[in-house]
Amino acid sequence: MNKKGYPKSYDVIIIGAGATGAGTARDCAMRGLSTLLVERFDFTAGATGRNHGLLHSGARYAVTDGESASECIKENMILRRIAAHCVEETGGLFVTLPEDDLDYQKLFIESCQKAGIDAKALDPAEAIAMEPAVNKDIIGAVTVPDGAVDPFRLTTANVIDARRHGADVLTYHEVVGLKMSNGRVTGVEVQDRSTGDIIAIESRLVINAGGIWGHGIAAKAGIRINMFPAKGALLIFGHRVNNVVINRCRKPADADILVPGDTISLIGTTSSRVPYDSVDNMDVTQEEVDVLLREGIKIAPSLAYTRILRAYAGVRPLIASDNDPSGRSISRGIVCLDHATRDGVEGFITISGGKLMTYRLMAQWATDLACKKLGVDAVCLTAEKPLPGSDGAKDRKQTAKSHIIELSTDQKAALGRHGSLAEEIKFGDDIDDSLVCECEQVSVGEIKYAIDKLHVNNLVNLRRRTRLGMGTCQGGICACRASAIMAKRFGNVAALGDLRSFVNERWKGMRPVGWGQTLVEADFAAWIYEGVGGLDAGDLKSTKNDALK
Amino acid sequence: MKYDTIIIGGGLSGLTAGIKLAEKGKKVAIVSLGQSALHFSSGSLGLLGQVGDKEVSSPLEAMKELDENHPYRRIGIDCVAALAKEVKPMFAAAGMSLDGDETVNRYRLTPFGICKPSWLTFSDFITFDKNEPSKIKKCIIINFKGYLDFYPDFIADGLGRMGVESVQATVSVDVVERLRKSSSEMRAASIARLLRGDVIDALAAEINRVADDADADTVLIPAVVGFDSEKPLAMLREKVLRPVYCVATTPMSVCGTRAQLLLRRRFEQLGGIYLLGDNVASGKFASDGRIKSVMTTNLGDDEMEADTFILATGGLFSRGIVADPHKVYEPVFGLDVRAPEDREQWYERDFFAKQPYMSFGVSVDEDFHPLRSGKAVGNLYAVGAVIGGYDALKEGSGAGVALLTALYVANMIK
Repeated sequence: MNKKGYPKSYDVIIIGAGATGAGTARDCAMRGLSTLLVERFDFTAGATGRNHGLLHSGARYAVTDGESASECIKENMILRRIAAHCVEETGGLFVTLPEDDLDYQKLFIESCQKAGIDAKALDPAEAIAMEPAVNKDIIGAVTVPDGAVDPFRLTTANVIDARRHGADVLTYHEVVGLKMSNGRVTGVEVQDRSTGDIIAIESRLVINAGGIWGHGIAAKAGIRINMFPAKGALLIFGHRVNNVVINRCRKPADADILVPGDTISLIGTTSSRVPYDSVDNMDVTQEEVDVLLREGIKIAPSLAYTRILRAYAGVRPLIASDNDPSGRSISRGIVCLDHATRDGVEGFITISGGKLMTYRLMAQWATDLACKKLGVDAVCLTAEKPLPGSDGAKDRKQTAKSHIIELSTDQKAALGRHGSLAEEIKFGDDIDDSLVCECEQVSVGEIKYAIDKLHVNNLVNLRRRTRLGMGTCQGGICACRASAIMAKRFGNVAALGDLRSFVNERWKGMRPVGWGQTLVEADFAAWIYEGVGGLDAGDLKSTKNDALK
Repeated sequence: MKYDTIIIGGGLSGLTAGIKLAEKGKKVAIVSLGQSALHFSSGSLGLLGQVGDKEVSSPLEAMKELDENHPYRRIGIDCVAALAKEVKPMFAAAGMSLDGDETVNRYRLTPFGICKPSWLTFSDFITFDKNEPSKIKKCIIINFKGYLDFYPDFIADGLGRMGVESVQATVSVDVVERLRKSSSEMRAASIARLLRGDVIDALAAEINRVADDADADTVLIPAVVGFDSEKPLAMLREKVLRPVYCVATTPMSVCGTRAQLLLRRRFEQLGGIYLLGDNVASGKFASDGRIKSVMTTNLGDDEMEADTFILATGGLFSRGIVADPHKVYEPVFGLDVRAPEDREQWYERDFFAKQPYMSFGVSVDEDFHPLRSGKAVGNLYAVGAVIGGYDALKEGSGAGVALLTALYVANMIK
């Protein structure tokens, strides 16, 4: 046993806790492999947490990439089943604007049908009745089975299930080296980001699920993967403008998808190649904001006067096929590499490419390969077994309180976020049902549950688990309340330092859209945190009281 | 309708100018959109707390280091010192008592337990001498059960740094407890509305009980007492056996709301007209560049005329200044605003750094006449946060500039 109390040796170590890594950990653990998931920051800190949250029907790829399209629609139907509490069945529209070519619609519907996607042409008037936010000038519309999926919830549910099947999980542990012996990978060296300690952990197999950062992880074994970072920027609007996913019916281009998610709507994305050394710090530029707004307004005109909450960007890990080092024939499909056959390095697999929609299939491919290499004969059950939170218990009675009265708004919100796991959240005793975040209806009990059960070390983690601070106030008030609760666990100085980081993280997203109401909110936050609260850039001093904790 | 002076904006600055002019017998109207920065007050009014990286002890001394275009320097430091003495009596006349003076800053304790320099503090609150150790030996920090905007742990830390020992307790009284049936009702304003009459007795009894048990010499409570007067706190102080002080909560601010209400009441008692919930949409200019009248949203075509006008509309947060993606402007009269054209230059990456946008505001001449297309508007004055070129947040000078520019301008208007 090492200091963390985890075993020193595993069958499989998976690097990276995005959807793919978490899904792979779940699959491996369900198939009986002893499994460790390591992540340098938090779950969903990379591309998983920086996309549209779109439950793709696959229609977007139908014309250009039939294979991806049919993978998408299959996984779409699986996720509706196994991850019901993460999915919102909004339906989707592909609309043709006057400036678009209506002939494309015919090709689009044919391609969808070929890929198994239920696409039907609709009279524009019907489409407008179905989604009043859509531009009234549309000349064509097609319905498809798009939806919204919450990538934070989805990943957390996979982590919880991996743990239930015996997997260990380490967040804030960065892989700083791969252990090599006789040309094979025999484990990892991880650094605890809070203490700086380096721990060596052995395994029979290491799976690289590091997304765009997988490039650097593979390099530690002397392996080169041709990755091409593609930046995609998005804008979040201050309320739910549309209830149905709206796409432009044209060849995929910038800012042609508007997705509703919980209390907000998202427009995206742009697509631009960026240098590999910039992927840790993606700033959204003024030009990207301008394009997103200009094109977004064409889809839904009311975006012109809807407050923008923030802007953010993720990096897609696109991979060039091995026989094309120039990167011209880039695939958006799944890439699963056995480095034994590809590079002569045993004990090492890379799973990459793909997209959020196909995370489960990617996990299955990687786990199939892992089982084959380890000589384990076990079938994949991840497409049949529901995830925790979606295990058929959505209408189960939740608390003593709910026996007699209807669920309160915050209980409903928690149920939406955690599904049947909301049972674990305390309500109705002492102060647990007091509301911390009013925009997103997050209670004290839900925060305590997240701290205890969902690997929460800071307010950003908490935001990803509960949506705290994701609403219109962007954490202006609720983050202070949450910080006081976090202080009970982590100490006052750490909690206030973390509060400052949280506000800065929010500011990063507000800065690119810092005008109008968004700048007013930033100004307001500055007056609350620094003006009233006295929190500034200076040192936070510790006192005896803090040392006692 | 014809007035001597019309004031646009009814926050601290507008009300101060209004009270001062009404006291001189002027016919004054204030047009106010609604909430002001007072509603988010910390409980202290800052004069000057920081210059550059240095914390300020003697604000009047430190003003010498400010830029000569700073509002204080335009007023003149001697004049600032004289005007500062008018503030306490003005609040007293409106029914509020303040502690502190302009020669030396005291420390206020923030909701996060951090000590910050302050000039005048509502007498509800605990403050500390910067140089003398506190006489308090052991205090008890008491919170209402289920109230989340008050942070005893952070405050205990801050007290620790001032050498004050503390213990913590929570209390509840029946009526307040009822608020908790709704998970979002346990907020400062709701509590403050309930704390009167018998409820004060019950609260005092609870406070005495826990303070006895803890053997504390001083009681600290969240600043949620006294929504429209200082009376409830006075009653509580009478019935609690130890000195009782408040510590600021995160907004909204009960004592700030009280100040807004009582200053407005004072202004109206002096005969002032306070048009609440209205917005000055535009102004009409005479050929000599002076303002003839203003139009409001509610009054429509019914123009409001006056000899002089005071712009007290506040900064970005109060919409006295508005930012579009590519320009920053003053929305009522289209006055000159100093701001870079390139949006990238409006911000610093670190939220807590000195943010350029904080200094956005109208340009004024030495008599606080705002400039329009480079020319001073002769019968218009700007007061408070709408004035550009200084960073009220970093300086801790927001209230000071609001009060003193208003008093200065009111003195100038004959």
